[in-house]
Amino acid sequence: MIVVVGAGPAGIAAALAVQECGKAVTVVDENPSAGGQIWRGDPTHRWVARFRAFNIPLISGVRVVWGYPAARTLVLEDAVGARRLAYDKLVVAVGSPEIFLPFPGWTLPGVFGAGGLQALVKSGLPVRGKNVVVAGTGPLLLAVAASLRKKGANIRLIAEQTPAALLWPFAKQLSGRASKLLQGIGLAWDLAGIPYAPASWVTAAQGDGRLQRIVLNRRGTLVTEDCDYLAVGFGLRPATELAAIMAGPDTIVAGTGDADLSLLEGRIAGYTAAGDLEKARGLEPERDQARTFAASIDRTFAVRDELRQLADSGTIICRCEDVPLGRLEGKTCFRDAKLHTRCGMGACQGRVCGPALEFLFGWHGASPRPPIFPARVGSLLSEG
Amino acid sequence: MFDAIHSFDVILVGAGIVGAACARELADSGLKVAVCHDSDTVGAGATAAGMGHIAVMDDSDAQFALTNYSQSLWWELAGTLPPEAEFAGCGSLWVAADDEEMAEVHRKSEYYSARGVAVDVLDSGGVAKAEPNLRRGLAGGLRLPADAVSYAPAVARKLLTGIQLLRGRVVSATSDGIEFASGESYFAGAVVLATGADLPRLAPELPVRPRKGHLLITDRYPGYLNHQIIELGYLKSAHSEDADSVAFNVQPRVTGQLLIGSSRQLGVDHADIDHAILRRMLARAVEYMPGLASLNGIRAWTGFRASTPDNLPLIGLRPGHRSLYVASGHEGLGISTSLGTAKLLADAMLGRPSAIPREPYDPSRSFNHHA
Amino acid sequence: MPEIRVDGMLVNAAEGVSLAVALLSAGRTRFRTSLSGEPRAAVCGMGVCMECRVTIDGQPHRLACQVQVREGIEVRT
Repeated sequence: MIVVVGAGPAGIAAALAVQECGKAVTVVDENPSAGGQIWRGDPTHRWVARFRAFNIPLISGVRVVWGYPAARTLVLEDAVGARRLAYDKLVVAVGSPEIFLPFPGWTLPGVFGAGGLQALVKSGLPVRGKNVVVAGTGPLLLAVAASLRKKGANIRLIAEQTPAALLWPFAKQLSGRASKLLQGIGLAWDLAGIPYAPASWVTAAQGDGRLQRIVLNRRGTLVTEDCDYLAVGFGLRPATELAAIMAGPDTIVAGTGDADLSLLEGRIAGYTAAGDLEKARGLEPERDQARTFAASIDRTFAVRDELRQLADSGTIICRCEDVPLGRLEGKTCFRDAKLHTRCGMGACQGRVCGPALEFLFGWHGASPRPPIFPARVGSLLSEG
Repeated sequence: MFDAIHSFDVILVGAGIVGAACARELADSGLKVAVCHDSDTVGAGATAAGMGHIAVMDDSDAQFALTNYSQSLWWELAGTLPPEAEFAGCGSLWVAADDEEMAEVHRKSEYYSARGVAVDVLDSGGVAKAEPNLRRGLAGGLRLPADAVSYAPAVARKLLTGIQLLRGRVVSATSDGIEFASGESYFAGAVVLATGADLPRLAPELPVRPRKGHLLITDRYPGYLNHQIIELGYLKSAHSEDADSVAFNVQPRVTGQLLIGSSRQLGVDHADIDHAILRRMLARAVEYMPGLASLNGIRAWTGFRASTPDNLPLIGLRPGHRSLYVASGHEGLGISTSLGTAKLLADAMLGRPSAIPREPYDPSRSFNHHA
Repeated sequence: MPEIRVDGMLVNAAEGVSLAVALLSAGRTRFRTSLSGEPRAAVCGMGVCMECRVTIDGQPHRLACQVQVREGIEVRT
């Protein structure tokens, strides 16, 4: 059997590709239903609908917490128990969590990831009448602002750190791609009237026990903006932990990207897992084109150097262990910091501070140690 | 012995807890000392991988002498340690599952008491009261209140304060100095090999073999555990020469985290997690402490102990050499015995008398009857 | 509407939402207290950042964003 981990665009596409090849497939996902972060709470989306129409077995609400690549076995954990799942081929399609970068006040309740707030709202968090600032970088900010506004949020501002001079060529490039253009027009409609501030970023979040206002560097001028929620994201990074721990000849890792690219990556991974390499190869030119486009987005929205200066010596870098920037002074690499400050040693296993340290100091994380996510000791003993 | 033309009086190879303690002792004795290592940071080998217990053990008289001496040195050092050294005098609790193991509790109690080490013998109810999360129905236990735990990488770092570090992979170490893989070399009046399980690379004739261990650490559960707990079956496990073995050993960290061990495997040289043995290890722990099954583990890893045929370290001159010393082979007691090792080594190098006899740890001793 | 107890107080949650959504909807902004005493709440909404850890029915370190609200659960922040 082929097991696909992740029921977002890549996982759905992979599972459908396997099914098309006539092979048995099961999908595993940690959310209650298929769709991933992009199509969360949207069961009518055509890919989600297709996935359901084919009756592909979905084990939802479980997390892959451990795995044994040599034994081709995963350990799945849910709220109460754990079980093992054997596979012949494994497709890792777990997508990309957000990148968070530290600034003073970023640990205040009310400061969310951009995708994070969107995910919570899609899962039912009411935002009607809430004052929300969306900040950070990348096209995701537009999608987040649009979806929050649809739910009645009062979007005060979108602060995009990229300067306008870089955004224009990007916008022009968008118009060269039909699907992107449609997306762009749709968003423009949804976003009409929301101030969009390029070359602007949040320098501090403030409030008494929760977010009340932010300080914004708006094209060089510091201004204060009252708000209830801040949705701030600096792009996505592929989740590499499962792929690293399950690395081996029977593991196929689907690349990540926006929905279009993820679908292609997923289909290629699915065909590869099912053994139809010809079909997989046939999609590669289109995939490479999509990757080129994704890389150009990444270049356009590269985080600017000024944001490295936002955190001060008291700003928490490691949220799990409360390690402030000042304690990292003189440390030479991530492992040095881990062993001697506990930075990255907490429950998130370095998922939040890792990308931040890479941005701030150019440090790369050590190879991940299992479990893939914090897991009950008993789950690791499960036989079933 | 220490000539002025040399760059350093002593170069130590290895910046683990043993190398760091030896460097500190030699520097405090007035010598010009350097420590070389080729890790990302100090204390990164078995020092970081191990549990960090500071225990008095009675496997042999020599082991008792060194662990007991070392522990008194640890308590002297404790007051000077920074908070990140996470030193805690939590005490050890050896638990007896049955009457046979309870007989061992009484034997140990007599042994320790006769040598002035405070112990309490606990009955079944006493163990349950001391550690409510242990399973009911254990026969009893032995508490050693002076045993402690510490976070050894931070201690190594503290001990190395002010000592020159040389970064590089040492490819040769002689009586006159060391050479790095880069070709760079340093002269010294004496050289000390404190490279743990990596000793055979530089001193292949010495009987040190890596003995692999697994550990898992949990999220924070403050108050879940009061003592470091070890099953009495641990000793059988620790001495098994050929078979892979596991034993229940769990430790409360100052952070509130629990460190769960232990496993022992000889003849394995890759650092990958062995899932079968990790599961056996965790199953053993859950057998003794059923509630552990519902706690979140956040990280598992492996490390290599430097084991010797007689379970005693090698401290002193490398046989057949002059001014080339060894401080290795501490098996699972490197943290416990590091400070005592440093004293004995410095005494040997400087011709000082020692607080305990040095002969049992002399690297030139015979290992034949253990082979 | 499931009724849950949060730090001893009754809270009405919407049907089918995650515990994180239920807590935020009820105006709760402290999900956990960090080591240095700061209040923390959900950030990533997808089980990655671990900031939304709460104690559910006596089990510490459960992710509020990954748990569906069920009638009668006891939550401690």
